[in-house]
Amino acid sequence: MLALIPLFPLLGFAINASMGRRLSKTVSGSLASLVMLASFAVSVMVVWQLANLAPPQRVIEQTLYTWIASGDFVLDLTLRVDPLAAVMILVITGIGSLIHIYSTAYMHEESDPEYARYFSYLNLFAFFMLVLVLGANFLVLFVGWEGVGLCSYLLIGFWFEKKSAADAGKKAFVVNRIGDYAFILGTLLLFVRFGTLDFQRIASAVAPLAPDSNFGPLSLATLLLFIGATGKSAQIPLYVWLPDAMEGPTPVSALIHAATMVTAGVYMIGRNAVLFSHAPETMAVVAVIGAATALMAGTIGLVQNDIKRVLAYSTVSQLGYMFLAMGVGAFGAGIFHLYTHAFFKACLFLGSGAVIHALHGEQDIRNMGGLKAGLPITYWTFLIGSLAIAGVPGLAGFFSKDEILFETFAHGHTILWTIGILTSLLTATYMFRLVFLTFHGARRHEATAHPSHLHDAPPAMATALVVLALGSVAAGYIGIPVALGGHNAIGGWLAPSFSARSVTTLATGQVGEAGQPGGAGEASATGETGSERGLELSLMVVSSIVAIVGIGLAAFIWLKRREIADRVAAAFPGVYRTLLNKYYVDEIYDATIVQPIRIVSQEGLWRGVDVHIIDGAVNGTASIVEGSSSLLRRLQSGSVRAYAGSLLIGVVLILGYYLWR
Amino acid sequence: MIPLGHYLVVSAVLFAIGTAGVFLRRNLITILLSIEIMLNAVNLSFVAFGRSQGTLDGQIITFFVMTVAAAEAAVGLAIVIALFRHRESLNPDAFTSLKW
Repeated sequence: MLALIPLFPLLGFAINASMGRRLSKTVSGSLASLVMLASFAVSVMVVWQLANLAPPQRVIEQTLYTWIASGDFVLDLTLRVDPLAAVMILVITGIGSLIHIYSTAYMHEESDPEYARYFSYLNLFAFFMLVLVLGANFLVLFVGWEGVGLCSYLLIGFWFEKKSAADAGKKAFVVNRIGDYAFILGTLLLFVRFGTLDFQRIASAVAPLAPDSNFGPLSLATLLLFIGATGKSAQIPLYVWLPDAMEGPTPVSALIHAATMVTAGVYMIGRNAVLFSHAPETMAVVAVIGAATALMAGTIGLVQNDIKRVLAYSTVSQLGYMFLAMGVGAFGAGIFHLYTHAFFKACLFLGSGAVIHALHGEQDIRNMGGLKAGLPITYWTFLIGSLAIAGVPGLAGFFSKDEILFETFAHGHTILWTIGILTSLLTATYMFRLVFLTFHGARRHEATAHPSHLHDAPPAMATALVVLALGSVAAGYIGIPVALGGHNAIGGWLAPSFSARSVTTLATGQVGEAGQPGGAGEASATGETGSERGLELSLMVVSSIVAIVGIGLAAFIWLKRREIADRVAAAFPGVYRTLLNKYYVDEIYDATIVQPIRIVSQEGLWRGVDVHIIDGAVNGTASIVEGSSSLLRRLQSGSVRAYAGSLLIGVVLILGYYLWR
Repeated sequence: MIPLGHYLVVSAVLFAIGTAGVFLRRNLITILLSIEIMLNAVNLSFVAFGRSQGTLDGQIITFFVMTVAAAEAAVGLAIVIALFRHRESLNPDAFTSLKW
């Protein structure tokens, strides 16, 4: 049953990859969408089954076969669903299905083979992501981890005839590899320390230990894992690939940003919540990096002019929130935000795709404007997504973002909370800058001059947009905080995943609590005192005000007085240029890492070591042989009598030696 | 009874003549003849040793040598004919193309 979830997309991939060029667009597109829907249906059934179990026993396992058996080391290919994985598979297959359906219309201008290739990659992406979240040990997770890296490379570089797209694909792959390298090291360290790679076994082995102090092995291992997560989930310092990933088709960006890939790092930390909460130093690093990334990406997003790039930086920023939550120990809040973010980010990306589709490839918001009347469905869904991401009360983003900010404040990280609030202001501002510049105001694009040319999203795209917009409104209501009279259902649902379970009872499927609960942040999910409730309420008011102020600010600047923005930019040219050029991070990386490696490789390793030492050794052997044989070959004169003479001389010498010895 | 030493001297002289012929003559057929002379010099010493020891071993091995010599002459002459057809020459110095 469990294996069917990843196998359906794999089947779709196999069919589209092998026979796709002979299938029509309708067949290959609907096949890919159907396998995703089938996978979603199975996921729903599995999660339903899971929900019917008692909360501490919510684990369904399926061991497919023994992958590696080498002496004492046995590793099974095991799939496991627990509450955390349940949320993930629903997001991946649910949002993934919508993106597939949307793509059938969006990619319709491609030729048949290209269309099938696109859908085969999309299915493969979903397959690897499902393997990643269902894997019960680090190695299975790593298979998915690498697989999504590969698929992101294939999809970002889907239009590989365009050099910038091919480069962006390579960049994503290489940057991810750097993180993966650290991830492998972290995994090996954990294996050396605990002798197993199974998440639950590691968790229950860690649970009785005291938290790591003075940067011990646990801190090192978790820090390495976190570096892997920064690569996948686009955090400082490895976030640079994500904005460039906009070179891919827009639905791919939606898939990467909402349902798959970038959530992998957050998921991985949530999966190892017990482990991470035993490494306070790493947790501090995670929280600080998360907050810093959120703020930095928010400021960059404020000045970018490409509609998709703004959204890309907003993803980086929102992922920063998730890591902030993870870092302060609020694992439930982080996963909650991941889940709500999936809805509104997918909605926003697909909406931007609809805009680009309507404008025949135009992506610069300076050339847009006034699209509200021509694209009503796109406008309203995009608006709902923007309201949700800005954290306006009542929509999905409000509940999850607020949960994160509250947990941050409640754990005493006031500075990080301030950064979070500031980022929230930035988020509201740049998102509504995007909305106002794209949909409101005067028309600035020749394609929009004739409204008849403007076509709103076709049915397949509109369906996906509407469903996602509804999700952006409703998704938050499974996590209404206690302070608002709810009972934070998602926090309670996820809690068992963040605590250790006993391994001995695991085999029979009966899972009990062992050791202390790992996720310290979950205490607030179950019970809160009156003062905490007051605090949470007041923080909620603060962040609501911030969100509305941000939107108001954007409305004032970009609707009423557009020259203010230009004047501010002119007043601080240095700041503006730094932000526009993304803090010159790409240039700094190029100068400090890429160029030195290139120079060392080219001048040192290639021209020096390879040409002189390695080639020199090979060519030197050859010339020594050649030189000595040019002497020896003189002996072969071809003259029979010379041979006979040397024979005679040899015989005489040998006989002489024996006779006169 | 002629002592063994005399036979050996004759044999050595014959062998030296044959060797000189191989090295000094410029005709392949003469060289083959010289080789025959060298073989027969050896045969002579075998037979002489056999007689002085009172055994038949020397004579038996001489028969073998004669057989081999006949075969060698047959093959050698065949090669000489083939070479002559090829180059219109019997000088061994004309056949030096098998070199570096």
